Amino acid sequence: MAKIKSEKELAEKIEHCGSCLEAKFNGKDGKKHLVVCGGTGCISSHSDEILSRLEELIKEKGLEDKATVNRVGCFGFCSQGPFVKIFPEDRLYRAVKVEDVDRIIEEDIIGGKCIEDLLYVDPKTHEKVEKQEDINFYKKQIRISLNGCSMINPEEIEEALGFGAFKGLVRALHMSQQEVVDEILKSGLRGRGGAGFPTGRKWQFALNQVNDDKYVICNGDEGDPGAFMDRSILEGNPVGVIEGMMIAGYAIGAKNGYFYVRAEYPIAVARLRIAIAKLEEVGLLGDNILGTNFSFRCHIRLGAGAFVCGEETALLNSIEGKRGMPRPRPPFPAIKGLWQKPSIINNVETLASVSWIMREGADKFAAIGTEKSKGTKVFALGGKVNNVGLVEVPMGTTLRELIFDIGGGIPGGKKFKAIQTGGPSGGCLTEKDLDVEIDFDSLVARGSMMGSGGAIVMDEDNCMVDVAKFYMEFICDESCGKCTPCRVGTRRMLEILTKITEGKGEPKDIDELRELANITKTNSLCALGQTAANPIISTMTNFPEEYAAHVNEHKCPAHVCKSMMEYYIQPELCIGCGLCMRNCPVNAIAPGTIGAKMPNGNPFPGKFVHVIDPKKCIKCGSCMAGCKARHAIIKK
Amino acid sequence: MALVNIKIEGKSYQVEDNLTVLEACRKCGYNIPSLCSWNHGKCSLASCRVCLVEVVGARGLVASCVYPVNEGMEIIISSQKAMEARRNSVELLLSNHQKNCLQCEKNGHCELLEVAKMVGARDQKFLGEQSPATIDEVAPGIIRNTGKCILCGRCIEACKDAQGIGILGFEKRGFKTIVAPAQNRSFAESPCMQCGQCVLVCPTGALLEKSEIANVDAAMKAGKFVVCQVAPAVRAAIAEEFGEKIGTNGTKKMIAACKRLGFKRVFDVNFAADLTIMEEGTELLNRIKNGGVLPQITSCSPGWVNYMEYFYPEVIPNMSTCKSPHQMQGAITKSYFAKANGIDPKDIYVVSVMPCTAKKYEKTRKEMEVDGIRDVDAVLTTRELAKMIKRAGINWKMLPEDEDWDQDLLGQYTGAGVIFGVTGGVMEAALRTAYFILTGKEHEKINFEAVRGLEGVREASIDINGTTLKVAMASGMKNAKVLLDQIKEGKSPYAFIEIMGCPGGCINGGGQPYVKPMFLPNEDADIRETYRAKRAAVLYAEDERQPIRQSHNNPDIKKIYADFLGEPCGELSEKLLHTTYNKNREKFPVK
Repeated sequence: MAKIKSEKELAEKIEHCGSCLEAKFNGKDGKKHLVVCGGTGCISSHSDEILSRLEELIKEKGLEDKATVNRVGCFGFCSQGPFVKIFPEDRLYRAVKVEDVDRIIEEDIIGGKCIEDLLYVDPKTHEKVEKQEDINFYKKQIRISLNGCSMINPEEIEEALGFGAFKGLVRALHMSQQEVVDEILKSGLRGRGGAGFPTGRKWQFALNQVNDDKYVICNGDEGDPGAFMDRSILEGNPVGVIEGMMIAGYAIGAKNGYFYVRAEYPIAVARLRIAIAKLEEVGLLGDNILGTNFSFRCHIRLGAGAFVCGEETALLNSIEGKRGMPRPRPPFPAIKGLWQKPSIINNVETLASVSWIMREGADKFAAIGTEKSKGTKVFALGGKVNNVGLVEVPMGTTLRELIFDIGGGIPGGKKFKAIQTGGPSGGCLTEKDLDVEIDFDSLVARGSMMGSGGAIVMDEDNCMVDVAKFYMEFICDESCGKCTPCRVGTRRMLEILTKITEGKGEPKDIDELRELANITKTNSLCALGQTAANPIISTMTNFPEEYAAHVNEHKCPAHVCKSMMEYYIQPELCIGCGLCMRNCPVNAIAPGTIGAKMPNGNPFPGKFVHVIDPKKCIKCGSCMAGCKARHAIIKK
Repeated sequence: MALVNIKIEGKSYQVEDNLTVLEACRKCGYNIPSLCSWNHGKCSLASCRVCLVEVVGARGLVASCVYPVNEGMEIIISSQKAMEARRNSVELLLSNHQKNCLQCEKNGHCELLEVAKMVGARDQKFLGEQSPATIDEVAPGIIRNTGKCILCGRCIEACKDAQGIGILGFEKRGFKTIVAPAQNRSFAESPCMQCGQCVLVCPTGALLEKSEIANVDAAMKAGKFVVCQVAPAVRAAIAEEFGEKIGTNGTKKMIAACKRLGFKRVFDVNFAADLTIMEEGTELLNRIKNGGVLPQITSCSPGWVNYMEYFYPEVIPNMSTCKSPHQMQGAITKSYFAKANGIDPKDIYVVSVMPCTAKKYEKTRKEMEVDGIRDVDAVLTTRELAKMIKRAGINWKMLPEDEDWDQDLLGQYTGAGVIFGVTGGVMEAALRTAYFILTGKEHEKINFEAVRGLEGVREASIDINGTTLKVAMASGMKNAKVLLDQIKEGKSPYAFIEIMGCPGGCINGGGQPYVKPMFLPNEDADIRETYRAKRAAVLYAEDERQPIRQSHNNPDIKKIYADFLGEPCGELSEKLLHTTYNKNREKFPVK
């Protein structure tokens, strides 16, 4: 691609790329356009092989003038991947296997027929849904941060340009730095990384600093268990994030930007590298961009995967080559950040939103959402919910909509118990919170937080003490070890939780747990420590009875804590088939008394009721999983 | 410096605007406990969370060690919330600390213990797993015990600030975090110079000198002829160990105490300091005269020598070949003194009392022996000598002040030797003698004020008979680096450079008494900034008090050259008093 030296040349390029892309989508070029998901999740389910098989078949069968194939970013609906979508029909095939490719070519591309068994089936109505927009999972979503993901090829900047990239930057370049900051302030955008600090205000601090060297840093060190929105955005539309970074750079007066991305995201890093290289090649990154005085360069730094490096000051240390440990504040990074220069650190999702805001206008963004939280938020919906994946919803969507409409409810007809938001720093929300409109402040008010957008649904089979222990284990592993309360306090909390879940809890443990939780909250140096106890505090607040049962009666009501539960064969239901006995890896099951009863109460002729020896049982659950009668073996 | 108005506990104060809350409070008479900031100084860590206070309007509690004061700030130290928070942090630290306090080498000097007392730490709180206590005692100078480490990070900062090396750092994460040389190696396997600056700042017994008291005991028990020789800087600080104010001259009581500890002779290393001047001064003049490698650099500080051998082996040709004074004195004791007294050198056991931990290493160097006889057998720090004095039941206060060093061939010394203990002292002593040798007369003023001072790097031009001698002094390797890089680049304008391993010289050596301002109730609030000057003043006053103040005028020195050594840098001198250096950069390859 030739160098783009002026705004006019860029406009022409955008125009051209835009019409090419549109033709692909609406079929005006007379071809079917197949897109295959190229996100990490789908690639691990062989979407790359699907793509190459599609290309191979099209070539083999001479269909080049009838169909084109493209690799795109994440569709979000990861539990159903890999996806192949066909334009202009907007037909979505899900859970596609390499073996299905021949049929897609034969039956759909050549035959023009929809392949029914590759369509999504609604878990409630059991109906097949052909178009993506008709799937409940997508119905309430608005894609701002995820804009372009699943539509464009992330490795082709022409596609990004065709999808509207760089319109926002051009608009920014026509404004003064202060006007850009004002526009972001007006949009009401708040940082998507966790705390929800107003992005415009952060920029204003950095803009106010007089310094030749300033930096923009994109925080792509996504670490919450189960969260992958940053990865998907970087994989699906890296140019959008780069543009957001450039706009931020222009606004505060920075010439350099750093992407801090964890090394476990190789695809995201590779695509980012490609995008940066291609943009440099055409002159959209570098000196005097579009013939203006604005110069900007992007650099990539890989993180080794420490959770704490998502904390902005630890991240700065890491970029500088130091150990990833948080710095005390003040000074704030906007005053003294990277190499002691004014720096702003924005999350991937935030920067992706920035480019959308500058393109579409602050008013359009501010029209979405609640009074104090504007725009949309991406959630990584997971756990005990039917539709697992990435969802981008307007702020103000209720938890009920998120879990039951978009998420499709709880599998197996189980009862909803809690949703954990905000990752290890967040808290649990329960039934009573389901109709809360999600925004930064409403979640905090209810003892949780937005965080980076993890949302893990739990049902009646989850033990909340066990959940708290899970998060505490995570925090203990990830504590950097710098400050006392986080280093020692989290360890002590984990020790108590372990003791409780092992059935050795005492009532005084609850008091000590509460005391430690408060200490880590008030005394810790960084947000990781200050919020480390949130999962404990919120589960203790919402489920005091579960804690009480653990320490007072040494019972785990959800039968999760192994030391306090046992598998039991209900004699009246056992049909004496012996399958459990054969499945048991430790020979803990033996035929017991004669006299199994049939459902009508009569003795089962000649069969034994099986009995589990609790002393031998290792509580692996194989017996229960294999029990033919299904309900004969229970946990108690 | 602009002033700001602040309120502490509701009372109004005016303080400089560049202070932290912690510093401001201390200046105004409030002690906030802190562990990660060394003695209420500036802290860059804010890691211990022991100095938390309330600041009206701030979000949550603030770490006073890093939080800057500003106009109108209201600080509350004694709210229940703040006091509880401070206590809780300490209790958590204690819950993972090896608490064999009674037998701890740091017993009596432990800041953690003082802080625990101050915050009212409760017993049996937050019990749980303890980090394993791994002890690194391979290096001859310093030992490290992870079980006592509270991870405050002071040692890390001290190593970086004083020496610019950064031997110590955090290793591993979370509860498993330890402070250790990179890759969790031993000090002995790292480029550590063993200066002991980390030991000085450690609030607990995690970093200590490697004690040699037991070795001395064994030698006494075995009936050896145990000779004690004391370095100049020891007298400037030892009194602190017995509760006296910093800056108290402890020379006389120290002599009296040593004489009561069973040593057969108590000598002053100042004798060998004078000897060093004769040798080193002659070496310098020879280099100048014969066009030898210049600048010549002093070699008295074993920490510096360690550093040089690893980081700047290029300057080995510049190094004076003189052994450090106590090694010279050991060699002389086991030859000249032994012969004169008819003692088999093998029966003599030389104990050096030094302000230094690196000397413990230096004495083990293979070069430090003559014909298979080790120059020095044991090195005690100032703190260890104090322990021995206490152990012997000696009441420091009642010690007489009229006893003197043993006057037995090595007894006389001059003021020039005394000032070896402070940065610039070796230079000044050398200049006094060099002036005499070059001009044939004594320098009129005796004192060379131009080379005095405690700044990290200093330079001076001395006019000797119309020739200008450019000299420079540095203490602490971070400062020395400036001068060394000049040499490496061939741009050094100096003829003679004095380098001391520890900032301020031996008066601030790693074996000196601990300075814990908050727990030294009789000291001024600014003692952290002034203690080095106060100790230096002791040495300069001792110098003034001496009837003879130039090394070349020491009658015992004249005697030893006449009777034994012949001439400075002569054949016997070279054998006994000079040494060689090694390139150590390959010694500790990165694994």
